[in-house]
Amino acid sequence: MDETTQAIVKTFQERFGAQTDEFRGEVSLILPPAHIQAACQALRDEFEFNLLSEETAVDYWGETSFGRNDSSSEQSPRFHVVYRIRSLPRNQIIGLRVPLDGNAPVMPSITSIYANADWFERELWDMFGIRFEGHPDLRRIVMPYDWVGHPLRKDYPLGYEEVQFSFNFDEIDERKPYAQE
Amino acid sequence: MDTNIEMNLTPVSLDEIKHLISERAIQGETVLLNMGPQHPSTHGVLRLLLELDGETVVNCVPDVGFLHTGIEKNMEAKTYVQAEVMSDRLDYLNNVGNNLAYCLAVEKLVELDAPPRAQAIRVILTELQRISSHLVWLGTHALDMGAMSLFLYCFREREMILDILELVSGQRMMTTYIRPGGLWRDTPVEFEAAVRNFIKTFPGRVDEYERLLTKNPILLRRTQGIGILKPDVALQYGVTGPMLRASGVAHDLRKAQPYSGYEQYDFEVPTQTGCDTYARYLVRMEEMRQSLRIVEQALNKLPLGPVRSNNRKFIPPPRSELGTSMEALIHHFKLWTEGFTPPKGSVYSAVESPRGELGVYLESDGSPKPYRIHWRTPSFTNMQVLPIMAKGHLVADLVLIIGTVDIVLGDVDR
Repeated sequence: MDETTQAIVKTFQERFGAQTDEFRGEVSLILPPAHIQAACQALRDEFEFNLLSEETAVDYWGETSFGRNDSSSEQSPRFHVVYRIRSLPRNQIIGLRVPLDGNAPVMPSITSIYANADWFERELWDMFGIRFEGHPDLRRIVMPYDWVGHPLRKDYPLGYEEVQFSFNFDEIDERKPYAQE
Repeated sequence: MDTNIEMNLTPVSLDEIKHLISERAIQGETVLLNMGPQHPSTHGVLRLLLELDGETVVNCVPDVGFLHTGIEKNMEAKTYVQAEVMSDRLDYLNNVGNNLAYCLAVEKLVELDAPPRAQAIRVILTELQRISSHLVWLGTHALDMGAMSLFLYCFREREMILDILELVSGQRMMTTYIRPGGLWRDTPVEFEAAVRNFIKTFPGRVDEYERLLTKNPILLRRTQGIGILKPDVALQYGVTGPMLRASGVAHDLRKAQPYSGYEQYDFEVPTQTGCDTYARYLVRMEEMRQSLRIVEQALNKLPLGPVRSNNRKFIPPPRSELGTSMEALIHHFKLWTEGFTPPKGSVYSAVESPRGELGVYLESDGSPKPYRIHWRTPSFTNMQVLPIMAKGHLVADLVLIIGTVDIVLGDVDR
């Protein structure tokens, strides 16, 4: 951990009670969801982290949560929303992780700070069902508008298409979910 | 106008997108028009909902997802080696680059190093792929302006690059040639001659394109001052790659955080301050020349040696060892049935694709399959500035603005 990263970690520990996680030289700060807007604001304005590289989430459904919590995390914290924010002037990248409850996950949106969080958060709503408060346009983005469910959740089955042969073509055809008019 | 009417050709009701269009559209003063998803100049299956005042774009609402294939979900069900095959299918103009991004992430996760020869060949192939991707961009961009012949010239040169990829991997596009820990196998003997031939031919061809286009009055009038993207807006929207560099920000991951030995090569990061479509054209043209410089340098000092790491916990042994070594047989069996198991943890690794920062977020739970993989694709982020760039321009210019973003819909929708 270099000096600037240490300064950030220290500030975040004092201000937001952040925990630190380091793996393969990448520093991640673990924050409660309530502080995410203030944290991003501080990163952008005080530490020159001016480019949001990515925002995604991980579902720990039914897993022991990644060494951070010994109990099974089926409900809480089920999700981690992960941010990677890049600083071009300092040539650095820092990670943020926000643990979220699995029961109706909701957290503040950061679109007012990093504008490209817009589509990332729409994708998270689409794929994980995480709601972002204050998001200007929270619609599904890649799945069809009338899709039911959130495909990247771990309790969502992968699914497959049954292979039809001549002897059972009609039988499978009957229960095959064709696109509806 | 009844706001509950389902609009023609679209499943989205007007209510759902009311906040994205102006009040005038609801009163019927401006026209709502669908462009795509089958429109040829949207470069794939992109649908744009346009609000038009006469021929001027008032609002533009991109609708993506027509090419969504659930690659991230599918990768979670495959081992680390199997999952790589899907990475080719994301950005189908930058297959080698996608493989590289994925392999670097896996290598970072398991702390594996590729030998120097493998790294140099990776650089050669990704730079060639960058040229071929820019050639497709140039050809289609010129085609959008009505220059048909340039499209054919560009695809002629692109074919040379695809032949080289076919030579090394057996596939023109979906190569999966770069593997975690190195390459699939060493290059054939004809490889060097083929690349040298390309290095000899290509500079003259770029000059030819530039003679046709760079000072062409039609191109100048259609691109200068069109699709302005200011640097502060670009950064706010996380735009990367040639788009950002044409706005005057010299950010290139190959320079900023060199990977695969890019620090050994002497090349420049071309920037322009025009912020418009023409500036982006100039940046990409110069990038092709710079990529060729890198290819030449890498080929000149291509080291000899193995192309795969010999860490047997991750890389299967050569078949010749199987008959003589029990250890080799065990490793072979374990790696091809179960796969390797990285430690618990998550990494983010990014490379510079022809379109910008291509990042892979990879998380392992200690099992042989990736627990979560997220592709931070450059097109997805760059697309978001399209409405801002298009606002106030004519529909005919919108076609060029889509072209200048250089989107690949496979990259957007994943």
